[in-house]
Amino acid sequence: MVAPPDPPMSLLLELTHRCPLQCPYCSNPLKLERAADELSTADWLSVLDQAAALGVLQVHFSGGEPMARADLPDLVRHAAKLGLYTNLITSAVLLNERTLGALAESGLDHVQISFQGSDAAGADRIGNYAGGHAKKLAAAALVRASGLALTLNFVVHRHNIARVPDMIAMGEAFGAGRIEIANVQYYGWGLLNRAALLPTRAALDECTDTVLSARARLRGRMLIDYVVPDYYAAEPKGCMGGWARRFINISPAGRALPCHAAETLPGFDWPDVRTHSLADIWYASEPFVRYRGTGWMPEPCRSCDRREQDWGGCRCQAFALTGDASRTDPACHLSPDHAMMAEAAQAASAPAPPFAYRRIGQRGV
Amino acid sequence: MSDSRIPSFRRGVKFRFDAVRDAWIVLAPERLFVPDEHAAEVLKLVDGARTLSGIADDLCARFDAPRDVVLTDVAAMLDDLAERGVVAW
Ligand code: SF4
Ligand code: SF4
Repeated sequence: MVAPPDPPMSLLLELTHRCPLQCPYCSNPLKLERAADELSTADWLSVLDQAAALGVLQVHFSGGEPMARADLPDLVRHAAKLGLYTNLITSAVLLNERTLGALAESGLDHVQISFQGSDAAGADRIGNYAGGHAKKLAAAALVRASGLALTLNFVVHRHNIARVPDMIAMGEAFGAGRIEIANVQYYGWGLLNRAALLPTRAALDECTDTVLSARARLRGRMLIDYVVPDYYAAEPKGCMGGWARRFINISPAGRALPCHAAETLPGFDWPDVRTHSLADIWYASEPFVRYRGTGWMPEPCRSCDRREQDWGGCRCQAFALTGDASRTDPACHLSPDHAMMAEAAQAASAPAPPFAYRRIGQRGV
Repeated sequence: MSDSRIPSFRRGVKFRFDAVRDAWIVLAPERLFVPDEHAAEVLKLVDGARTLSGIADDLCARFDAPRDVVLTDVAAMLDDLAERGVVAW
């Protein structure tokens, strides 16, 4: 008998896939959902009630651009009343004094603003949105002035990795408590644009040195979270802390997923929060149980002593690269498929192809 | 020995009791952990007003431990939490 899992810790609500930006590494699926298919306010409120009862502690309001939903302040207020830690993950181009004020009043705990770079021209080219960077700077200043906790998130790839020192300096200038230097993760749109985005190993190594020395310098003042691309790692990430062990993601149309990329996996009947309780989904639904723990593992994971640290890596990456979601993540040096990572990394030294921008109703291919 | 530094939770950090897990929890942006019992007792006394010495006094009185040892332990624990972005001095 397998012990029942612990309650989930975090819930990420993709309130909508609508977004004014078109980042070519967007973590949303290639098949974006339309506004007409989004859950209603009442549906989201019920999800929040059930999540709190189930033991969720933290809720991330994300998208798409979550501020495109007019009911966002109501959802935040409800979550805060339930004692949930509320985090807004936003591009911030819709953030102004009025919209921020409504969220602060609703009890929002933390704002994370994504930046596409440190310079306006480069950043606006990535987001394919003129004037976006300037709006984000103004938004970050507003958040800082409001007294809310602020994280600046920088998504890093071959076109901006050399500017990581400027990104760190931006975090310091804004007095952010925390920044993220997050290399693109290559799923969905990121995978589609991998040849245009993956940096070389040399560029990554330089970036890593920069981050480590800034961390030491800023210790106790500004946290720097750092995410590297799997392509240059020896071991995979413990993706989501293990499949369905800590985290639930809800898509705009109400499908519950163990991670935001899981909809890329074929052969799953994802439970709908309108017809299934969150408790049932967490404890008993077939998709959540399928790769939970270690019972599903093939070799080399099955007999590996890291199996409860990284849980065999990412199922979505295993599927995207090998066509089989139940294989060891190719990011692992013990995986029989590991050579694929080095092959893909060769593209990083070739000239970058143009971006396939993220668009609704179009796959960009 | 005394230490007049005053720890407080950093902006955006919450410390609360969770009835589902029957445990105290530290909640911060993208961070979430269950402190051990010792740390939880210390964190319950962090209110942005009490000094480190004050916290140590309180713990000594309740747990009957040598004050110098408690003060050193608490300082080390809070320094560690400061590095992890949970408290600030
Ligand atoms: S990654 Fe870019 S396109 Fe995707 S939701 Fe965020 S801001 Fe919008
Ligand atoms: S073999 Fe599996 S469990 Fe071991 S390090 Fe690699 S991915 Fe992790």
